Amino acid sequence: MTETKSNTVAPKLSRKDYMSDQAVKWCPGCGDYAILASVQNTFAQLGKNRDNTVFVSGIGCSSRFPYYMNTYGFHTIHGRAAAVATGIKIANPSLDVWVATGDGDSFSIGGNHFIHAIRRNIGIKILVFNNEIYGLTKGQYSPTSKQGVVTKSTPYGSLDRSFIPASLALGAEATFYARVVDTNPKHMTEIFTAAADHKGTAFVEILQNCVIFNDKTHRAITDKEMRDDNQLVLEHGKPMIFGKNRDKGLVMNGCDFKVVRLGEDGITENNLLVHDAHRESLNLAFMLSRLTLPEFPVPLGIFRQVARPAYEEQINSQIQEIKNKKGAGDLKRLLNSGGTWVV
Amino acid sequence: MNTQHNNKTIEKVTIKFAGDSGDGMQLTGSLFSDESAFLGNDLATFPDYPAEIRAPAGSVAGVSGFQVQIGSIEILSPGDMADALVAMNPAALVANLKQTRKGACIIIDFDAWNETEFKKAGLDHDPLEGDIAATYQIVKAPITTLTRTALKNIDLELKNKDRCKNMFALGMVFWMYGRPLIQTEKYIKTKFASKPIIVEANITALTAGYNHAHTIEVFASTYKIPSAPIKKGVYRQISGNQATALGIIAASVKSGRNVFLGSYPITPASDILHELSKYKEFTVKTFQAEDEIAGVCAAIGASFAGDLAFSTTSGPGLSLKTEALSLAVMTELPLVVIDVQRSGPSTGMPTKTEQSDLAMALFGRHGESPLPVIAASTPSDCFCHTFLAAKIAVEHMTPVILLTDAYLANGTEPWLIPDISDLPNINVSTPDDHEGPYLPYRRDEKTLVRPWCIPGTPHKAHRIGGLEKQDQTGHVDYEPENHELMCHLRAAKIARIADSLPEQEIYGKTEQDLLVISWGGAFGPVMTAVKKLQAEGKSISLAHFNCINPLPKNTATVLTGFKKYIVCEQNLGQFRDYLASRFHHIDFLRFNRVAGQPFMVSELREVFVPLLEECQK
Ligand code: SF4
Repeated sequence: MTETKSNTVAPKLSRKDYMSDQAVKWCPGCGDYAILASVQNTFAQLGKNRDNTVFVSGIGCSSRFPYYMNTYGFHTIHGRAAAVATGIKIANPSLDVWVATGDGDSFSIGGNHFIHAIRRNIGIKILVFNNEIYGLTKGQYSPTSKQGVVTKSTPYGSLDRSFIPASLALGAEATFYARVVDTNPKHMTEIFTAAADHKGTAFVEILQNCVIFNDKTHRAITDKEMRDDNQLVLEHGKPMIFGKNRDKGLVMNGCDFKVVRLGEDGITENNLLVHDAHRESLNLAFMLSRLTLPEFPVPLGIFRQVARPAYEEQINSQIQEIKNKKGAGDLKRLLNSGGTWVV
Repeated sequence: MNTQHNNKTIEKVTIKFAGDSGDGMQLTGSLFSDESAFLGNDLATFPDYPAEIRAPAGSVAGVSGFQVQIGSIEILSPGDMADALVAMNPAALVANLKQTRKGACIIIDFDAWNETEFKKAGLDHDPLEGDIAATYQIVKAPITTLTRTALKNIDLELKNKDRCKNMFALGMVFWMYGRPLIQTEKYIKTKFASKPIIVEANITALTAGYNHAHTIEVFASTYKIPSAPIKKGVYRQISGNQATALGIIAASVKSGRNVFLGSYPITPASDILHELSKYKEFTVKTFQAEDEIAGVCAAIGASFAGDLAFSTTSGPGLSLKTEALSLAVMTELPLVVIDVQRSGPSTGMPTKTEQSDLAMALFGRHGESPLPVIAASTPSDCFCHTFLAAKIAVEHMTPVILLTDAYLANGTEPWLIPDISDLPNINVSTPDDHEGPYLPYRRDEKTLVRPWCIPGTPHKAHRIGGLEKQDQTGHVDYEPENHELMCHLRAAKIARIADSLPEQEIYGKTEQDLLVISWGGAFGPVMTAVKKLQAEGKSISLAHFNCINPLPKNTATVLTGFKKYIVCEQNLGQFRDYLASRFHHIDFLRFNRVAGQPFMVSELREVFVPLLEECQK
């Protein structure tokens, strides 16, 4: 496969090489800035070929992303980024195709394209900026807003139950799902790098802060004071430990998880569940996706990362197979096929 | 051949095969057509099938019909009224009697003539009662029994034997019209090559039907239809949807770009998807999307990445695609959306034909969102106009809507296979090498077309999208003057396509009494009606349009010098109103039908004759 080769260029690159000449226009303090910087840093570290990379987006604050990347870019219409990206990847599998989108864009109006892209395992990377609110339309609740939230369109509190994007994606058999927070650039870079290497659809949910309409919604897991007790950073092959003093962990209790304290009741690290991101079975990843505060910590990192053929590869190998069998297409022969007669 | 027989030579005949959805009438009809085409007749077919896959057996809703007109003269329509009807059950008779000429020969399966079947057809009496026997020549053939008898030595379940009764009926019709059984036998042998017993059963039933008609002299007359004086060359039968698929592949070959089809199944367009998905050896990528929107959006993505992109649909699907079409207008990417029109609004009559999506194709988008609209005339003409639509899309960097319809899609006709070297090339624009940063919206001075610069092109990375573009740079721009300029540029780009379109033709002389105007799939019947009247010396001509937007450059000249103008279309006057808004000085009359069926030549004639008489007053 020449993919990695064509996407790698020799000279050392810096974040600047991936910055376009357009002024970035997000609100000051918006979490999107950190995400943009992390993506650009990741690309610089990987030495990505700008000319071979396409950023595709839908509508929303996050969807302005392509304008700020010095790569090819396509700012499409509300909800449809995954569908457009699918077409791009099928047309030219050697392109590196990334989707920048938001919770409204991908889980509401674009929910259908989102789940079907994942189901097919098309080789695109989907970065969802989840701020649990509509920013660009000025503050209505989104499909990930917590129930009861007061917004412009729900002055008496929202009634809708919210999606857990991880469960949604895993339900569609996601081959790669990871969750990060916009306040941890190092973790973002690490996860984006893993996503970049994944064959098939890689979905990264980024818990992003909207300072204007939903400030501090992810506070419990981003705030310095609280975050270590409230987040569980998953690492493949490592026990599920968390807490400021790294003294808490997860064990199985019947069919559910249970939080335990190390040292209590003779529990040691050896008793804890060990994360296995490569499990064929979806069950562990799905159970992790159900963990929410306050009973459980919020898992971050790669939940699932399994190898499956990418859709575009399957398309090409099917075409190749048919060509081997039938020979390359011959228009004259095709037009003259079926029952013909001479007058 | 039995010499005592009254054997007449006729110019043309219309035959309808009708039965239950499960009776194989579509196959029977196409085999008759193929055999006739092979004999050198010109012909046109019209499969008319129900929306339900298997409506209750024996019910009128479940009747499936196949009409074919064959002739020793030019045949452009499947015929108004049947001269012969095959009705495999009472429901088929009831459903088709109105469309059957008085005096016509009606072959019925008399084994299906009983109370049970009458009831299934919703009848409380035998439909043959009354003066019907005096009005038509009814041939009561116990087709089921005769088929079973013919197959008595073949080791097949009764159920499977009964499935051969359509072949028995076909055999009878073959004898009546002096057709050999060659092509049909060949078809059966190939089709069931792996099941010799089925081959034997079908051919036995076919021959038995033929011999039965011969031996017992069931028909008052038999007919000869000599071959038609058609152009020399190699022919094949083709339906509109097949021709569309072939047009797509031809455009791929001539442009050097791979085909991407993003589509969602919808009647009557799905066959284009089915057909194209067979031709992967041409690197055709068919993508059955999760919905209509994803189909067109994926096509837009594929176009951005350099594929020759198509999305196929029918009216309700086109509604869903309109937002994406405006994105393609804004980003100026090549794309062809093919709308196989059907009767609307809403789900309407999904298997029936209409021309009522024209206004939506022209105007059904938000913003100032102009795009070319092209329409095909006949089943085989879908090939040429699909090719033209793709050529316009690529050479003018624009989405194009191609309108066909259910009648063209399913209808078939003999097609003189074109020489591929006669097809023009499709020229793909390449990004220019000017100094400084890449300008994705720098235009060709003459055509106003921007280059197709696909991702992967070195040093030309740029961003496009739905937000208003700055002239030249393509950057996001909200300046009032820029938006004004860009709206005018996009409109002018489409208008200038007329410079490269063929001129509008007139069939007949200019400066006549009546100019008949039609477009798209109305061609066959309208042309037939006009030609007939011309042959009678009437002062009538036809202007049939395929390029709807932009209109051919000489349209104003074509619409000059006639006493009266009448626009005939299968909607309530959409093209008529479009022309009226452009040519204010002309009083366009209209003839409209929205019955889900193609025009009948006779009804057109009834409209034209009084108008011609008025002109003479
Ligand atoms: S509205 Fe919120 S999400 Fe949008 S740019 Fe401002 S802070 Fe960021």
